[in-house]
Amino acid sequence: MIIAPAVIYFLIMGAVHNINSTGTKDINKPIPWIIIISIFTPIAIGLMIFGYYAMKGEYDKLPESSEELN
Amino acid sequence: MATTPVKGIGKVIFSSSLGTLIEWYDFYIFGMLAKTISVQFFPEGNDTAALLSTLAIFAAGFLVRPFGALVFGRLGDLIGRKYTFLLTLVLMGGSTFLIGLVPSYKAIGIAAPLLVLLLRLIQGLALGGEYGGAATYVAEHSPAGRRGYFTAWIQTTATLGLFVALGVIMAVKANMSDEAFNSEWGGWRYPFWISILLVGVSIYIRLKMKESPLYAALKKEGKTSVNPLKESFGHRSNFKMVLLALFGAVMGQGVIWYTGQFYAQSFLENTVKIEFMQNREILLWAIALATPFFLFFGWLSDKVGRKWIMLTGMLLGVVFYRPIFNTLLKNADAKEWHRQGMRMANSSINGKIIKIDTIINSNPLLNRTVQHSKTDWVLNDGRKFSITSADTIAMYQYRSSIRVDTKPVYSDKVLVTPLKWKFIFLVWIMIVFVTMAYGPIAAFLVELFPTKIRYTSMSLPYHIGNGVFGGLVPFIATLLSTTFTKDPLVGLWYPIGVAGLCFIIGALYLNNKIDKEVND
Repeated sequence: MIIAPAVIYFLIMGAVHNINSTGTKDINKPIPWIIIISIFTPIAIGLMIFGYYAMKGEYDKLPESSEELN
Repeated sequence: MATTPVKGIGKVIFSSSLGTLIEWYDFYIFGMLAKTISVQFFPEGNDTAALLSTLAIFAAGFLVRPFGALVFGRLGDLIGRKYTFLLTLVLMGGSTFLIGLVPSYKAIGIAAPLLVLLLRLIQGLALGGEYGGAATYVAEHSPAGRRGYFTAWIQTTATLGLFVALGVIMAVKANMSDEAFNSEWGGWRYPFWISILLVGVSIYIRLKMKESPLYAALKKEGKTSVNPLKESFGHRSNFKMVLLALFGAVMGQGVIWYTGQFYAQSFLENTVKIEFMQNREILLWAIALATPFFLFFGWLSDKVGRKWIMLTGMLLGVVFYRPIFNTLLKNADAKEWHRQGMRMANSSINGKIIKIDTIINSNPLLNRTVQHSKTDWVLNDGRKFSITSADTIAMYQYRSSIRVDTKPVYSDKVLVTPLKWKFIFLVWIMIVFVTMAYGPIAAFLVELFPTKIRYTSMSLPYHIGNGVFGGLVPFIATLLSTTFTKDPLVGLWYPIGVAGLCFIIGALYLNNKIDKEVND
């Protein structure tokens, strides 16, 4: 639950520091950052949800058959 | 519901694996020929073309694969495995062949990069749908107790696809000049055209396949899902298993997969600067010798469980990546070779001036000439390397001075045979870590989800783990190395960190029990 927002913060700070109109590398262009931050944000949210479920003990016993998933 | 007898499973594996291997080949040749493609379709100096190039490289790999997983996963759970992954094969093969037919930017202008981008996105979409279908299809035919071994055949296809792509490109390149290969309608198009023959054969074979027996039974009983997306991700009980699959297994497996193969090859080429053909040769040998281990660890997972084999592969990567990559770097230290070469008899040196730049200043005393030269060295033990330097010459009225480049670039390194085999061994070890993490994972993912939403539920975490986490290894490695410039291995902290986190989550929360019954 902590790692996820930290990752998004790191990516946003990376974008702020590296986007540079005079640079020639991919990390200097805004488009890769937009794509990557857009993709990672829902994944980070998923990681936070995972952490929440884990803290609630939802993974203490995993389902053993499909009936338990219904 | 009876699964396919062991005798008949060979056909199932062959038909599934062949198509998946071809799809991986189609996906990889674009990446491997990216430099040539960018010259033909995304010329420098054109901002729009450059933007499209970036989109083609990033969006196809990351955004579209998980989207393809959702689209085709849903289709596979609605209409069946067979027809869905026939469709993915047609889409992949068709788009690959068409990339080879698109005229260059010089011929048709901006339409060229637009077409290539569209076709690349279709490739990503198709790949997103392929793996889940193939793994599900084989697993649903497999007898209990051998699911790991039989699905491991599917697991070999990504690496073998890379192997075939490397091999085809090298074979075409070896039979023509660089000029002929890189020309507008040159040899670089051949790997794309060859694909349609391979795809044609695979489509023919897949047309003869029967539907998965588990899915067919489910359909007959009227128990298929009407909304697999909602059931997979909208119901908490299944959604939490999707999250566990991603963060406890596939996320780590994805970075291990990418680092051990793609990053290793890129590191050898761009950081260690091994000569092009030898670089590819090292990877080809390492892949060829490591591939059987996919089957071994798939088989082993049927005996001892999937969890600890996968997690051990991740842990070994965490522990050994830095020492291995450091050894690769240190053992090809051409600066040291240069020092040795100057003391060796019979070293061959062949230098040439590549370019001369003249810097004119308003003060004539500050005029300079920069001489760019490349010197090829061949040491008497067979080692080769090139030195590219830029020496500055200042001309005064009665004298001149030369400032020798203090940071020449050493490149095109060729290793002697024993050292080359040491490098092959080190890359092979990293690919063995890949086989541990990846070999059992198809069976693991299949066993986690019920039949009616299996294709949807396993495809998305798989393509996020591999496409997003794994695919971002080069970008984040570059980000780290430009931020922390003193450490050439700093880029490894990303896969080490992700694999380490995944190991902890998997160790705490995954179950090592093998699900004998997936027939539900």
